[in-house]
Amino acid sequence: MAFVNPKKKEVQVKIVYYGPGRGGKTTNLEYIYKKFDARIKTEMVTIKTHGDRTLFFDFLPFDIGKVNGYEIKVQLYTVPGQVKYNATRRLVLRGVDGIVFVADSMMVRREKNILSIKNLQEDLANYKKSIFKIPLVLQYNKVDLEEQGIPLTSVETLQKDLNSQLKTSAFKASALKGTNVVPTMKKIVSMTIATIVKELK
Amino acid sequence: MSYTLGQEQLDRMEDILQQNLVDIGVRCVFLIDMAGNIIANKDNGKIKHDVYSLAALAAGNFGAVSAMAKIIGEGEFSLLFHKGKKENIHFNKIDADFLLITIFSNEISLGFLRLKVSEVAEMIKKILSEINTP
Repeated sequence: MAFVNPKKKEVQVKIVYYGPGRGGKTTNLEYIYKKFDARIKTEMVTIKTHGDRTLFFDFLPFDIGKVNGYEIKVQLYTVPGQVKYNATRRLVLRGVDGIVFVADSMMVRREKNILSIKNLQEDLANYKKSIFKIPLVLQYNKVDLEEQGIPLTSVETLQKDLNSQLKTSAFKASALKGTNVVPTMKKIVSMTIATIVKELK
Repeated sequence: MSYTLGQEQLDRMEDILQQNLVDIGVRCVFLIDMAGNIIANKDNGKIKHDVYSLAALAAGNFGAVSAMAKIIGEGEFSLLFHKGKKENIHFNKIDADFLLITIFSNEISLGFLRLKVSEVAEMIKKILSEINTP
């Protein structure tokens, strides 16, 4: 849940990037950090293993300006994608306001995407939240790999696998090259803020 | 969990943190929720820590330790303390949703700090109970 501070006129919003391991969640945040470094005053926090995999989470706070006179402080988090880190993944989701599900477009990872979105549904249920109600955006990452001849799952199949019931916004993206990284982030921020404004009324 | 705090309650909380902790020499103190949001923070004006990152890491750290407690059959570890050469950090759970974090130097004894922190925790708990019973 977002925290609204009437004294400082500030709202803290928590957005979590979720998805299967090696799907590009951290790369999304790294791109945003690089792109907006003039506006991000602090260092990006990452807790990684030696093998460069996310162990606990990444954290990137930044200010996006004012809505209704309130300063919006967006806090982007990633979860560790690997199956074995279920417990820490769940911890990061505590108090989440909006989610970006980063799916891996590589054909070999199709099953992993489906398992991960089911895992997300369970993790949210643990906090009595519904995957159908929380602001959620899908991102089909790694589309740039097609140029290298790596077989990808088609967008139609990904939509059928992941979005047939959710029916939410989805972006084809390349976190590495930056394609659609910012539009994904803008979409989830606007959806999340709209929900918070509605709840506050 | 959903909650709202009014300006008056936030003012009272900040006054409590200022008078009971910052005024006795604590460098920095902040009250956070378990999602990593900062509810209130006060410092001695001399330090510039990135409190938002600290809050996110503190909530994660505390969450991880609580999960460890459950695995070994403990209900919770309600306080944590990390000792450094010059700076120390102390975590105290207020209730299931809130955490008080204090950063202090070696000039303050840990015993005295723990005493003050537990007093503050009780005062904050009282204010928080008002939100749930308007």
